[in-house]
Amino acid sequence: MLKRKIFILTLVALLLAGLYLFIHMNFQAMEYLLRTRLEKILAMVLCAVSIGVSTVVFQTLTHNRILTPSIMGLDSVYMFIQTIVVFLFGSGTFVIMQSDAYFFLTILLMVGFAFGLYQLLFRRGHNNLFLLLLVGLVLGTFFSSLSSFMQMIIDPNEFLLIQDKMFASFTNVNTDLLLLSTVIIAVLCVYIFRYRHYFDVMSIGRDHAVNLGVPYEKIVKRMFLVIAVLVAVSTALVGPITFLGLLTANLAREFLQTFRHTYLLAAASLLSIIALLGGQLIVERVFSFSTPISVIINFVGGVYFIYLLIKESKKI
Amino acid sequence: MIVAEKLSKYFGSKKVIQDVSVEVQRGAITSFIGPNGAGKSTLLSMVSRLLKQDDGIVYLDGKNVHKQKSKDLAKTIAILRQSNVVQMKLTVRELVSFGRFPYSSGKLTQADEQKISEAIAYVNLEELEDKYLNELSGGQRQRAFIAMVLAQDTDYILLDEPLNNLDMKHAVQMMKLLRKLVEDFGKTILLVIHDINFASVYSDRIVAMKDGSIIAEGPTDDIIQSDVLKSIYDLDIDVHNISCNRICVYF
Repeated sequence: MLKRKIFILTLVALLLAGLYLFIHMNFQAMEYLLRTRLEKILAMVLCAVSIGVSTVVFQTLTHNRILTPSIMGLDSVYMFIQTIVVFLFGSGTFVIMQSDAYFFLTILLMVGFAFGLYQLLFRRGHNNLFLLLLVGLVLGTFFSSLSSFMQMIIDPNEFLLIQDKMFASFTNVNTDLLLLSTVIIAVLCVYIFRYRHYFDVMSIGRDHAVNLGVPYEKIVKRMFLVIAVLVAVSTALVGPITFLGLLTANLAREFLQTFRHTYLLAAASLLSIIALLGGQLIVERVFSFSTPISVIINFVGGVYFIYLLIKESKKI
Repeated sequence: MIVAEKLSKYFGSKKVIQDVSVEVQRGAITSFIGPNGAGKSTLLSMVSRLLKQDDGIVYLDGKNVHKQKSKDLAKTIAILRQSNVVQMKLTVRELVSFGRFPYSSGKLTQADEQKISEAIAYVNLEELEDKYLNELSGGQRQRAFIAMVLAQDTDYILLDEPLNNLDMKHAVQMMKLLRKLVEDFGKTILLVIHDINFASVYSDRIVAMKDGSIIAEGPTDDIIQSDVLKSIYDLDIDVHNISCNRICVYF
């Protein structure tokens, strides 16, 4: 039953990918079109898998279905980096922003932020994940405020550069970095996937998990860092896309009705791929690029979030 | 044998457990009794490494509990705490399957399935095994959790108020089952229990706690005495011998 559902999702994802690849094909420019479209599909798959996987694991660690890793404040740090670069270097930044070094610097700073949080709270003997998230949230707000402040005082033309970075976009992904990102994300996902049975047990609660021999605190700490890297890579590649994970992780849980992470991780990734491919098709073919995809995703995700809040509050 | 040496635990500045030393013998039921807030559950949590003590050491068969691999411990000692809320949609059988995790690491073998079926049969939940936990009554759910602990097949079983939510019939069945586990399989069982008469009739030894310390400990008959009980509960309790059982009347 579960396998069949995963099969259906795979089928839909493949169909959409095929549609995206061949729609409005111009046979004279076929080679060029195929290559650029394949690159875009790869970028979407990378983003989808990292967001889907990291959100499912994050929700299991926090026992909370309405959280996403963005609560750690990584998105705000990302925006802060973009803003401060434009603020300091002005319109010359467009060149900088396209460079590989900038990509690595962004990842390094985001991971550094997560690692700093981790050192500050976990290393000192505290084992409270929620305290860490709260501090992340507060710092995230701090960085957003700083960013908005700087955005107010810079040149409006330069602000457009930042605005471009505020929403995830697959239209101009730096293709040089795709291969490297693929490797990083694949390694991290394989690593996470090896813990899938532990996640199953962890989802029935800490005490039961410890009783059953799960090194609970160790896994929480380790996964926190792995998730941070995963989110950092995907954000640096395409930009922040907050609600996608919330949407797809919950849809995966609703659709499969299971605690088994083997299937949950796969379904969340596939649903994310479907959402991104579908969204991108709509953006390109219906709105003719007038709206960034994350606006659509955030809109749908936001509506679903409100639905979840209402539904969960009725339960209590 | 479980040996606790000078265990202490603070929550903030409040001392919940103070220099508690206790030995629990193998192959017996030991009941921990005492008023609310005496520290019984905290003690059991520390013995089973769910909670780290601030001071003192727990030895399980001569080895320090907090220095052992969690996975190995899970095959020797199992604990079930009082409140067991699972938010997910799980069937009884799926829940009980978790008990085999220390052995199977998630991939159940034929032998595991066998143990799971046995555990479910022990608590009489065969007909409900495919029902979801949230469709069960409180007592049925409690029995499902106990089946999970049984499936874990450990020498030591720690149960924090296992009779919670159980009606009289199932409470008696549960205690008889625990007795059977001790007699047939030589398990060692530690209970936190509030019903003094269940403790009196079914346990071999009793440890009485109050305000974070142990105030009485010994074979059941030595503890179920009016004067000892008075010092534990501040309550006048008559003890009668009824068909070889010591029954307390405190109503």
